[in-house]
Amino acid sequence: MRIKFQQNLDELKERLLIMAGLVEQAIQRAIESYTARDLSLCDLVLRSEPAINRMEREIDQAALDLLAMEQPMAVDLRFIIAVIRINSDLERVGDQAVSIASRIQEMGAFANIDLPVDIPKLASLAAAMVRKALQAFIEGDADLAQSVLLLDDQVDEMNADAFRSLSMLITQKPEMAPQALNALIISRNLERVGDHATNIAEDVIFWVRGSDVRHQTATLHEAS
Amino acid sequence: MGVDIRVENLNAWYGNTHTLQDINLHIPSNQATALIGPSGCGKSTFVRCLNRMHETNPIARAEGTVLMGGLDIYKDASPVEIRRRVGMVFQRPNPFPTMSIYDNVASGLKLNGFRNKRMLDEVVERSLKQAALWEEVKDDLRKKSGASISGGQQQRLCIARALAVDPEVLLMDEPASALDPVSTAKIEDLIFQLKSQYTIVIVTHNMQQAARVAANTGFFLNGKLVEFDATTKIFTTPSDKRTEDYITGRFG
Repeated sequence: MRIKFQQNLDELKERLLIMAGLVEQAIQRAIESYTARDLSLCDLVLRSEPAINRMEREIDQAALDLLAMEQPMAVDLRFIIAVIRINSDLERVGDQAVSIASRIQEMGAFANIDLPVDIPKLASLAAAMVRKALQAFIEGDADLAQSVLLLDDQVDEMNADAFRSLSMLITQKPEMAPQALNALIISRNLERVGDHATNIAEDVIFWVRGSDVRHQTATLHEAS
Repeated sequence: MGVDIRVENLNAWYGNTHTLQDINLHIPSNQATALIGPSGCGKSTFVRCLNRMHETNPIARAEGTVLMGGLDIYKDASPVEIRRRVGMVFQRPNPFPTMSIYDNVASGLKLNGFRNKRMLDEVVERSLKQAALWEEVKDDLRKKSGASISGGQQQRLCIARALAVDPEVLLMDEPASALDPVSTAKIEDLIFQLKSQYTIVIVTHNMQQAARVAANTGFFLNGKLVEFDATTKIFTTPSDKRTEDYITGRFG
């Protein structure tokens, strides 16, 4: 048993979970700031970005060190590769949170109007995907990760619906265009969050089962 | 050219100890195949069965079929013929210490009654070139003894000696474990180059080495072949939990 190596792997996992905590908090705050129109939460999201970026670099370096120094193989190699990929996806989820916060700040300059889009519902589904994918990572549960992949279509459909209804609104009521455009971007940001959650789930499956399920959505749906 | 090796229901014993149990595998021709596993798992016994060296020990015996390019080496060939067709390189370089470099390489041919000097010269040069040793020793072929060159050079001399009899298969039992990293890299480069002409089977404790040089890898444990597959598969997604536990250092 390579005790030190195993401890280093545990430590890498721990660091990634801290990173995941920061990212989840950022996305949660961005969603809350939309629902409550609380711009102070937007500030917190924007201020969390440097910490997330720093953690991404540190985790990448730790993973690189382990690859160079320990020459891991099989499940350990797959784990480190998965960590590197998940790390990158988490950082991008953080970027989406920042983009959402910036849109909400911009929306704050205009009157609060009712838009034909259920952003909180879309946000809650995208955030649930991230949470589930991370849970699958914590528990090394490929079945749970698999279930995340099936949720992505729902998020995509909700985003497509938002695009249709907001485009129509922009055509019919051009005075609402700034608000509708920001909501459109937020919807797109949340759809991207769903994509990153899907990537994380695929990485968990790769780590646990050794199978690469990326870009196989059609096959997956046929199987389910 | 190298030949493929087909092993069917191979069993081997040392006295009452059943050291190899029902081994079945196909080693493709003109590729390097690595055998890994913890000490005492049977991998060295296995390669010794491939050139009938195992049976030279009076308490050892082997049963089963080993087909080398279709030839059943236990039924249709003598141990002497097999030694010519199958070269072997050991962990510690074992040149004949009192013989010159030239005579070390030519020894196998001379033993087989080969006397034509010009042809011997040609074979010695060709073999030393194949073993990437020619440039380093060409001026001292008859002046220096096999024991007077460095450990890495001695190992390449042993490879040249094995190649001189024009074998089809080259067995290497931990050929670089006693060498420094530079000499190890030279041996690995040699394996890469030689596999186009010979079938190479290498036993190694160094898993990175197996990953670097071999197209296929077999994992032995307690006298059994647990898994045999493409090296990339073995080292990234092995099928058997025992293989994974071994290569990730969880036991062994």
